[in-house]
Amino acid sequence: MEITEIFKYLYEQLAASGLPQVWVDIVALACAGVIVFGFLAVVALFLVWWERKVSAHIQQRFGPMRTGWHGWRQTIADAIKLLQKEDIIPTLADRPVFFWAPVIAFVAAFMAYITIPFGDGLIVADLNIGILFIVAITSFTVISLLMAGWGSNNKYALLGGMRSAAQVVSYEVPMVVAICSIVLFAGSLSMVDIVQSQAMIYQWYLFRLPFGPIAFIIYIIAGTAETNRTPFDLPEAEQELVAGFNIEYSGMKFAMFFLAEFINMFTVSAIGTTLFLGGWQGPFLPSWMWFLGKTLFLVFVLMWFRWTYPRLRVDQLMEFSWKFLLPISFANLILAGLMKYSGWFNW
Amino acid sequence: MSEAQGLHTKEFTLNVGPHHPSTHGVCRFVLQMEGEVITSVTPVIGYLHRALEKICENRTYEQIIPITDRFEYCTAMSCNMGFSLATEKLAGLEVPERAEYLRVIMLELNRIASHLIWFGTTSLDLGAITPFLYGFREREDILDMFEMTCGQRLTFNYIRPGGVSKDIPKAFIPVCKKFLDAFSAKVDDYERVLTENPIFIARNKDVGILKPETAIAYSVSGPSLRASGVKYDLRRDDPYSIYDRFDFEIPTRENGDCYDRYIVRIREMRESAKIVRQAIEQIPEGPIRSKVKMNFKPPAGEVYCRVENSRGEMGFYIQSVGEKMPLRVKMRGGSYNQLQVMPVLCVGHKIADLVAIMASMDIIMPDVDR
Repeated sequence: MEITEIFKYLYEQLAASGLPQVWVDIVALACAGVIVFGFLAVVALFLVWWERKVSAHIQQRFGPMRTGWHGWRQTIADAIKLLQKEDIIPTLADRPVFFWAPVIAFVAAFMAYITIPFGDGLIVADLNIGILFIVAITSFTVISLLMAGWGSNNKYALLGGMRSAAQVVSYEVPMVVAICSIVLFAGSLSMVDIVQSQAMIYQWYLFRLPFGPIAFIIYIIAGTAETNRTPFDLPEAEQELVAGFNIEYSGMKFAMFFLAEFINMFTVSAIGTTLFLGGWQGPFLPSWMWFLGKTLFLVFVLMWFRWTYPRLRVDQLMEFSWKFLLPISFANLILAGLMKYSGWFNW
Repeated sequence: MSEAQGLHTKEFTLNVGPHHPSTHGVCRFVLQMEGEVITSVTPVIGYLHRALEKICENRTYEQIIPITDRFEYCTAMSCNMGFSLATEKLAGLEVPERAEYLRVIMLELNRIASHLIWFGTTSLDLGAITPFLYGFREREDILDMFEMTCGQRLTFNYIRPGGVSKDIPKAFIPVCKKFLDAFSAKVDDYERVLTENPIFIARNKDVGILKPETAIAYSVSGPSLRASGVKYDLRRDDPYSIYDRFDFEIPTRENGDCYDRYIVRIREMRESAKIVRQAIEQIPEGPIRSKVKMNFKPPAGEVYCRVENSRGEMGFYIQSVGEKMPLRVKMRGGSYNQLQVMPVLCVGHKIADLVAIMASMDIIMPDVDR
């Protein structure tokens, strides 16, 4: 039985129980939220382990091997360790700001999943402004980084926070413009509509020459920058700023930043899958498998970047965004508009 | 806009180190920063001072050799070599032919090992973590060869006054040949990862330009000097041991920026491999150490001997009064002068460039502090 049918069955049972419709919807949404939360927690733990394995094999190591099969229990052990750690707050820190920063990072990372279609019909809420909602919600991460940098009362953290604010804001622009060109073609902001507009493989926006691949590359570059990963990991540049904005964080607060980072990486890949790789669509396998497979492939690409490239310098980073990515993304948007208008490749 | 007029920017002091991921040990910098831009750099040293030169005054010449291992532990062989050369000159000791070849083989392998550490840490400091492990992978092979020969992997105590401590085992030469055959391809791999990488080039080109006259004024030596276009290598210009018998290039570059220092060191690794290969082919049979009396007493006098190590000129000054222990030992390391020139190079650059410049100068703290 398909997962969606199970959900549908449960929903019908709930509706038949005599509760008012409002309450049925609220309960259903809450359940969906809990399911997504649980799923993402597992995904985050899995991604941490996977990153360690991928990096290890790129570097000709084994990575964690002792805890379970190829060390699969390693991140669970790490999470338990982090939970047990003493929660240290620096004496001169701005306590409320310091406290709320990881919470906001965590919440912002999870909120995006409300409108991401995990499969055919597997979506918490198909908002008609889906992609806009995601872009808006993920921008909250900047605020949390800035708060962490400011609240820690540490010069390294402050430099890291300032860097991340500048970086995330400037990479948001080309990213949104790249997304716009897709929205233009799909004719809708709804994630489900966007997926449905690329039913066959040649209809994937990645393969709609020439604007599709360009938009995809811009999106992946900007997405890497959004998630603060190498070559754009300046906010936490280990060799310069030691750990950047999260230098003063320990224990579970650090874990929240850490998990948020991995969730964001998954978000970027999931949006990339939805916009460019046809979302859940594919033959034979169930739709959620296609979605997960494509998303994990993009996650792997991001990891591949991280373990291959050196880091850019802060001024080069800004130049790259404003002087290179942004003009190209605008030119690409105009190109996409012309294509749409003239009806080329309007499969 | 009255509120905006009240706002102003302020320089601030940033303390980097003594424990900071990219200071290669325990170096400390006090930086004056204007945002991300450095306006002044003050290196603070002494965190790794172990009074080794003083300890040497209470040891016999042979007992000093294991202490020299600790002077600059990335290239312990050249420390052994520098001190042994100085002692031999002072006491008039002969070195057998085979020992000279063994010395050259070990020195050059150690130079490669040291450059591999530099390669790894440079890429690490620029944020690329993977090349670090590649560098250490090859270094492991070299350390295995050292272990095979003298039982040690870091502090060798191998080169002694009058020769070397042990002959190489039979298995050494095939293992070394195998390593050398594979090494060239490995260096190609490194170059593929970094040399042509646009991010790497952007981070290194025109960063930390060391002009030849500045380099000479600050007594910068070694690859950092050669990257500025000064063709000066003690192996060629003041040959010691048997370096005059080998055919090798001295790589130089013109600009003296971080990228040139990178290229020079990469090419130097290839040249060192070339020397090792020649030495292995030419090595004669024979004794490995001349007869040296225990607790020998060199005649009174003073001597300065220098060798080219991977960080520049490493010199040993020994003053003897005819006793079995020296009166005074002084070591000169290349890193000290390279650290001295850091403020000149870093001012006006970003904090990320400080890390890149320090990495490209290949400064390590045991060489500075002793």
